[in-house]
Amino acid sequence: MERLEVSATSVLRLAPHIVFRFDDTRQRWIMMAPERLMLPDEQAVEILQLVDGKTGVGAIIDALATRYTQAPRELIATDVTAMLQDLADKGCLADASAH
Amino acid sequence: MPPRIDPPLALLAELTHRCPLSCPYCSNPVDLERRAGELTEAEWRRVLAEAAALGVLQVHFSGGEPMARPELSALIGAANDHGLYSNLITSGTLGGEREINAFAAAGLKHVQLSFQDFVPANNDRIAGLAGAHDKKTRFAAAVRAAGLPLTLNMVVHRQNLGGVPQMIDMALALGARRIEIAHVQYYAWALANRDALLPSRRQLDEATRIVDAARARLKGILAIDYVVPDYHGVRPKSCMNGWGRQFLNITPSGKAVPCHAAEGLPGIAFPSVRNGTLADIWYRSDAFNRFRGTDWMAEPCRSCDRREIDWGGCRCQAFLLAGDAGRADPVCALSPDHFVVETALQQAESAPDTLVYRHYSRG
Repeated sequence: MERLEVSATSVLRLAPHIVFRFDDTRQRWIMMAPERLMLPDEQAVEILQLVDGKTGVGAIIDALATRYTQAPRELIATDVTAMLQDLADKGCLADASAH
Repeated sequence: MPPRIDPPLALLAELTHRCPLSCPYCSNPVDLERRAGELTEAEWRRVLAEAAALGVLQVHFSGGEPMARPELSALIGAANDHGLYSNLITSGTLGGEREINAFAAAGLKHVQLSFQDFVPANNDRIAGLAGAHDKKTRFAAAVRAAGLPLTLNMVVHRQNLGGVPQMIDMALALGARRIEIAHVQYYAWALANRDALLPSRRQLDEATRIVDAARARLKGILAIDYVVPDYHGVRPKSCMNGWGRQFLNITPSGKAVPCHAAEGLPGIAFPSVRNGTLADIWYRSDAFNRFRGTDWMAEPCRSCDRREIDWGGCRCQAFLLAGDAGRADPVCALSPDHFVVETALQQAESAPDTLVYRHYSRG
């Protein structure tokens, strides 16, 4: 078992048994992991919706940079990579490039 | 002003108090529920449906040993059908590959498996069951083979605390991604055995140092959740993140309680799911409103700037140590009852390791 290191070339998917869904009661997106409930903010939801096992992290950054033209791409890249690394360290993401 | 009531996040479903183990720190009440009083499968199905409708997101199947109930697989399936994220909390001593595969097929998301120590002999001594460690080890392999994520639950105290490094190694060897290292909390059976379980400050600090180092070393490989014994703390734990704020527990006979220890509080009529809906119980019962928010608080909690951080600590501990569930949690250094905790710590220093195992009362 090795740590999953997230970079622009990574292709990621949700780890098995991670549930990312819209909760009707609370009217917001939630992410559930073993013994953990996460309430991703709007920006995190946008990123997570692009984590599909096919889109690379670089392409996710590109997509967001196109949407948010006022923010420098470098800043978006740093934020996205840090957020995904944090989720990877919590066991929520898996490497999809190997499959 | 009455507090705003949010829907609950999690439900602890205590399917039974029956268990092949007899751990001396069992969190079940001293007066254990017998089989004849247990909710039926149909009643549990109704509870799960109502819980999901109420906004519950996660259900923890626990006990006792929940695998003592043959309906467990069906109940996991029902929870899954309602969109509930299901977790099994087990001793891993009843059943194995066949059961785990059925649970996985029914939609189980996660298994929490208890060990009492990394040393088989001490594990089996504390669990009060010969061969338990071996069964648990095989159970862990079955969980991983079924592709389910595994958390190891280690309850620690002074009779196994020195083994924390080896417990972490064991978690890695068994393929767990997470280990919970939780010091005994002193309620029910554990309170009866407090003198034989409480670690010294020195033992605690050494264990904490080891955990901190392992966390840094194993980042992204093994998550370590660490629960310290609140007797050694300065401020109380935020017990259940506040009474009736996020969590509810259904006992084997259907009583709804804000935490698994609250049943022992006198003067509170805990409602039963047999007589009312979960929504009524959560929003409108006297029991769930009793210690909600901050209006019930006395000093020093009432004017404390942490009153909405730790919510006055634990109501059960206030009752057990200070005789009144409405007082501040005595583990808080600001509590007028704090001397009780200091006395307990001193007393435990020179007490023998003799344990009283959990058992059913006569009658």
